[in-house]
Amino acid sequence: MKNVWQTTLVAMLLCASLNPAGAAEPIKVGSFLTVTGPASFLGDPELKTLQMYVEDINAKGGVKGRKLELIHYDTGGNAKDAVNFVKRLIKNDNVDFIIGGTTTGDTLAVIPDVEKEGIPFISLAGAVEIIEPVRKWVFKMPHTDRMAVAKIYEDLRKRGLTKVAIITGDGGFDKSGREQLLKLAPQYGITIVADESYGNKDTDMTAQLTKIRATDAQAIINFGLGQAPAIVTKNIKQLGITLPLYQSHGVASKTFIDLAGEAAEGARLPAAALVVAEQLPDADPQKPVLMAYKNKYEAKYGPVSTFGGHAYDGLMIAVAAIQRAGGTDKTKVRDEIEKTQGFIGTAGVFNMTPQDHMGLTVDAFKLVEIRNGSWKIVQ
Amino acid sequence: MLEQIFQFLVTGVTVGSLYALVGLGFALIYNASDVVNFAQGEFVMLGAMTAIALLGAGLPLPLAALAATLAAILVGLLLERFAIEPAQGASVVTTIIITIGAAIFLRGVALLLWGKDFHALPPFSGDAPIRLGGATVLPQSLWVLGVTVLLVGLVRAFFNRTLLGKALLACSFNRAAAQLVGINVRVMLRLAYGLSAGLGAIAGILIAPITFSSYEAGVMLGLKGFSAAIVGGIGNPMGAVAGGVLLGLLEALGAGLISSGYKDAIAFLFVLLVLFFEPTGLFGHKVAERV
Repeated sequence: MKNVWQTTLVAMLLCASLNPAGAAEPIKVGSFLTVTGPASFLGDPELKTLQMYVEDINAKGGVKGRKLELIHYDTGGNAKDAVNFVKRLIKNDNVDFIIGGTTTGDTLAVIPDVEKEGIPFISLAGAVEIIEPVRKWVFKMPHTDRMAVAKIYEDLRKRGLTKVAIITGDGGFDKSGREQLLKLAPQYGITIVADESYGNKDTDMTAQLTKIRATDAQAIINFGLGQAPAIVTKNIKQLGITLPLYQSHGVASKTFIDLAGEAAEGARLPAAALVVAEQLPDADPQKPVLMAYKNKYEAKYGPVSTFGGHAYDGLMIAVAAIQRAGGTDKTKVRDEIEKTQGFIGTAGVFNMTPQDHMGLTVDAFKLVEIRNGSWKIVQ
Repeated sequence: MLEQIFQFLVTGVTVGSLYALVGLGFALIYNASDVVNFAQGEFVMLGAMTAIALLGAGLPLPLAALAATLAAILVGLLLERFAIEPAQGASVVTTIIITIGAAIFLRGVALLLWGKDFHALPPFSGDAPIRLGGATVLPQSLWVLGVTVLLVGLVRAFFNRTLLGKALLACSFNRAAAQLVGINVRVMLRLAYGLSAGLGAIAGILIAPITFSSYEAGVMLGLKGFSAAIVGGIGNPMGAVAGGVLLGLLEALGAGLISSGYKDAIAFLFVLLVLFFEPTGLFGHKVAERV
């Protein structure tokens, strides 16, 4: 017993003496993501990306001579857990900034605590409500569904199509997308002639599409995630409907093309540039960033997803802000994040302002068309 | 309008036959043991996912389908042997809870084996839709319909014509009496699990080109199949089939004529009404317990 005490004492003394002597304390990166549960396809690549780049930055000597230390909690998509973890990150772990909040639900739930404690928080969730109204400490990386809708409507206008049918699922992403579709339609002179829905686990949508076929719609827009949009796409082909089909950025993955097969040919959707990285002209400033991230991720984990890219953007913006601020003073870091200008990330070029805590424009989305089982940028 | 309704009906029958196939598996095990096997949906998923994996490994489709069905039967037998049989003598509710546990376990194994992504099987005979009057169907839907009819016929003949089938039925009516007349109840139970696992797997393989499959695809299919079975009167295989088709038709007509948002509500309201007025289902046996 005595021995144990002695060892402990020595260890404690060592720690105490090492800290001031060692180079510097690590910069603590707090994170809470949905790595398990239904939204795990979002959170899983996000965590992998954070781990990979924290390791990478440390291998290159850290930030201002200080190593990064990632402290992560998995919320499992439970907003209540997210709140508890964020409290723990702030009060117990004393992190310097927080990057996380895979889903809109998780993010919105923690905002009150983040604002009260005053800690820079970079969210990886989609909804526009996160940055509207602007909150002092809250920033966000991914494109919003409003931008996706705007991109689709712009293309409709170019093609001279004004009457559309929309069909959406019953998930949060789908519903929020539907809201934006309805809200933005008048601005682009678009009339919605049919507004159908389906359950995300339904196996057949021909009944809804038969109804759409009977209207005078000139195009169909489907907002959804998972396998349902692939079934919609197949059903459209089955019913012999030849209207142009638009999908959302929610299906911008190879899985969608694999599932929908030939029926997906000609479908258009807004997608982050990461999906079509190889096809960008070499002059595009985003190309080197995208290719570097893609190659690095795929060498380690397999097919890249845009969601992991958001984590990359967030970490890099925060690191750059700490570098400019010359330390981890929370107010200074926050101010520097807000001053982010011309940062080239995977999601686009970020130009933040006190009024815009995302800093992306509609141009950050590329409109792609599925051709021969692959994505083609629509010029 | 007439053309539209015809399409709704076609859609309803194809979706319904899918529910019917899953419901059939429920009815089979219930017939043998009075237990609702909540892992039935997982058999469907296992059949589809195994076939997809084997096809990906280079096996031709018919062989992959056959092997996947056999694999699912094996899983069904193992489930009976190692989860249901040790609980012999436990109450029906306990056994049902065991099947729920088994379902969660099978889902977890599938998640570890095949990840979270959706996978598809290629359609058996092409993708070109077939026109029927004003409606269109996929060739794969005809496969589903055809095989459903065939399997229903086989199951019916099995229960009505063969000694084995009658022995299986006897177990459900009175286990003790069945044992007394020399039926090996334990073997009959294994048979029921193997058969319904096989049926589930075939259903999964048939519908995988239409609905795709993932580790959790069995949850929804199991629920719908179960609804089909109780609407038709659980324990009556033909009732399960009728219940499935009815449910499919209701969903399609509800989505088409009323509102796609209330499609499931309409179908489940119907299930509730049936249970309210005909607690044993539309085609169920009238139960009379003799003391």
